[in-house]
Amino acid sequence: MPSATLLGQSILSGLFIGGLYALMGLGLSLAWGYLKLINLAHLAFAFLAAYVTYQFVGYAGLSPPVALLIVVPAFFLLGVALQALYTRFAVGEFASLLVTFGIAVIVESLIQYFWTADFRKLQIEHGTASLRIGTLFVPVIEALMLLVAAALSLATWAWLRFTYLGKAMRASAENPEIAAAFGIDPRRLALLMSGIGTAYAGVAGVFIALTSTLFPAQIFAWVGVVFAVVILGGLGNPLGVLAAGLAIGVSESVTMAVTEPTWAPLVAFTLLILVLILRPGRI
Amino acid sequence: MTQATTQRWLGLARIAAATALAAVVGAGQADAQSGQPIRIGSTLALTGPLAATSQVHKIAGEIYVEQLNKSGGLLGRPVEWVLKDDQSKPDLARTLYEQLITADKVDLLMGPYATGAILSAMSVAQRYNKVLVHHTFGIPSMAKYEMHFPAWALGPTPEATFPNQLFDALAASPKPPKTIAIVTSKFPSVHFLSVGARDVAKKRGLQEVLWLEWEFGNRDFGPIAARVKDAKPDALWIGAIGLEGVMLLEAAKKIDYEPPVHFHLYPAPGPTAKAPEAKNALAATIFEQHAPFTNNPVAANFVKEFNDRAAKAGLPDNSVEVQAAASYTAWQILTAAVNGTKSLDDKAMGAWLKANRVDAIIGKLRFDGPSNYGDDLMKIKQLQDGKWNVVWPKEYAAPGASLKTP
Repeated sequence: MPSATLLGQSILSGLFIGGLYALMGLGLSLAWGYLKLINLAHLAFAFLAAYVTYQFVGYAGLSPPVALLIVVPAFFLLGVALQALYTRFAVGEFASLLVTFGIAVIVESLIQYFWTADFRKLQIEHGTASLRIGTLFVPVIEALMLLVAAALSLATWAWLRFTYLGKAMRASAENPEIAAAFGIDPRRLALLMSGIGTAYAGVAGVFIALTSTLFPAQIFAWVGVVFAVVILGGLGNPLGVLAAGLAIGVSESVTMAVTEPTWAPLVAFTLLILVLILRPGRI
Repeated sequence: MTQATTQRWLGLARIAAATALAAVVGAGQADAQSGQPIRIGSTLALTGPLAATSQVHKIAGEIYVEQLNKSGGLLGRPVEWVLKDDQSKPDLARTLYEQLITADKVDLLMGPYATGAILSAMSVAQRYNKVLVHHTFGIPSMAKYEMHFPAWALGPTPEATFPNQLFDALAASPKPPKTIAIVTSKFPSVHFLSVGARDVAKKRGLQEVLWLEWEFGNRDFGPIAARVKDAKPDALWIGAIGLEGVMLLEAAKKIDYEPPVHFHLYPAPGPTAKAPEAKNALAATIFEQHAPFTNNPVAANFVKEFNDRAAKAGLPDNSVEVQAAASYTAWQILTAAVNGTKSLDDKAMGAWLKANRVDAIIGKLRFDGPSNYGDDLMKIKQLQDGKWNVVWPKEYAAPGASLKTP
């Protein structure tokens, strides 16, 4: 049996990686739920943001918060621009799979062109700093990442539920014709939602740069788990994505602590299959 | 932007200008070389998950072919390297090698990068009775073809010889470890050596306090670090590839743990050297760019060229170590076979290689042992003051360097 400390530390570790899963899944879930776009390029944008952060922090000497302030608006604009193109060419839900896969491949190639295929790791001062709570250690950056994931999920949920724009977004997703009859412009809302979703990829990218190793082909290694998070959490459901991310993260970590780490990747998909069997209307 | 990254933008403009210029003057220049070129075909994982290391092989190969052509080529003919991208997919490598032989009609083959792709290429080479020299095949017992020739001199049973080498080094330290944790990726060539290390440790009386495996591409090393900390080993064998070892050490640091002695099987040398947690890390190598290796003028010249080219290509690590040295060695083996037989006949070259030794930058190579493997030339290096130094065997140690243990 694992010690209480080992188990506690593993649960913490799972919460942190779960926070990253949620950050990566949030924008994808919003695009799929509200814009009917299965945006495979979302993960590529997250890694592009990670490389840009690596460049800003590792070479230009900017601090991570300053990098975040540059990356997030830039990626918001990128999301707006891409949505304008998707609308212009009437990209539908299934066509979006192909189109965004193509964009992901292009982004991967661009990353490889500019940063080479080699491994990159951002080394920052106090990057491994931790707080000690009893026998457990809480890594500062990972804890911050979890807080940001929780805050963004909560804020997005509140925005969708309580604000005029959020309600308009939901109405437009549910029935665009009726929403338009009430004066809602679905095109402008779609631009906003795409911008927000891509900006979230930017936020995820900053934390990926701070906590992970970077190499271009890694983009597609995350697809399975992030899609599992999005589907488990429910399309367009920010709090669901957070809960699913944390559940998968903790399940994986506890699996690693009590059995063989090789079993961990099976966890997300086992949970996904179970949910799809028990609640088939999830997707 | 890094200088290299910025230069890439300028590079695009230069490429456009150079293309236009080449169109004007190119035809006239082509006649300057005499004789039909000898075409050597190969693939490399220029894209996909193995692309990082393949860049090293590409640069090493380009340097070798350029040097070869400057010194008169092969059999008095220029050499042309026909290189294709196997996208890190062994099945695609198989198709491309087939294509190189049947459609491109290359004269000779050079191996691709990584064990899976090499196995694929080997099956094609066997079908067409072609010599296949390859750089970095990790599991010698799987190489059954009689005309494959490995540049990475692991010996026929590295799963026994290499761990023994490491444990010999540790046994000679002031405080030899009594317990060991072996944690490993399931990446095939890594896992195979880790399993071997487990057997060797047992035979040598080292108590195994932890054995863990993870899938290649694992994202979260926190729980693994926590288990290693719980096990309190005297030494930690990390069967890692790339930066998995650094990820594990960082995760350990975050829970206030530092393994006393840590060995990394195949780390990405440059980024690992920059990680503070990797201080005193041990790793496997066949070549490092310091004496006595660089006492060989060919090696010294290659090191200088590679350092420059890798810097221009924007690689984060410009130094010559296992991959670059094995790559250059593979070309040396192929050249030796052609020059030794004065022909491009694969059967003659294969027979010559089995009967002769090849003087390469990693040492004298022979191919007369089981599966065409000769001696295990692997060595132990250690990250000391941000630099990789060979520390074992002592006769290959960097000047003034010796194994540092707590």
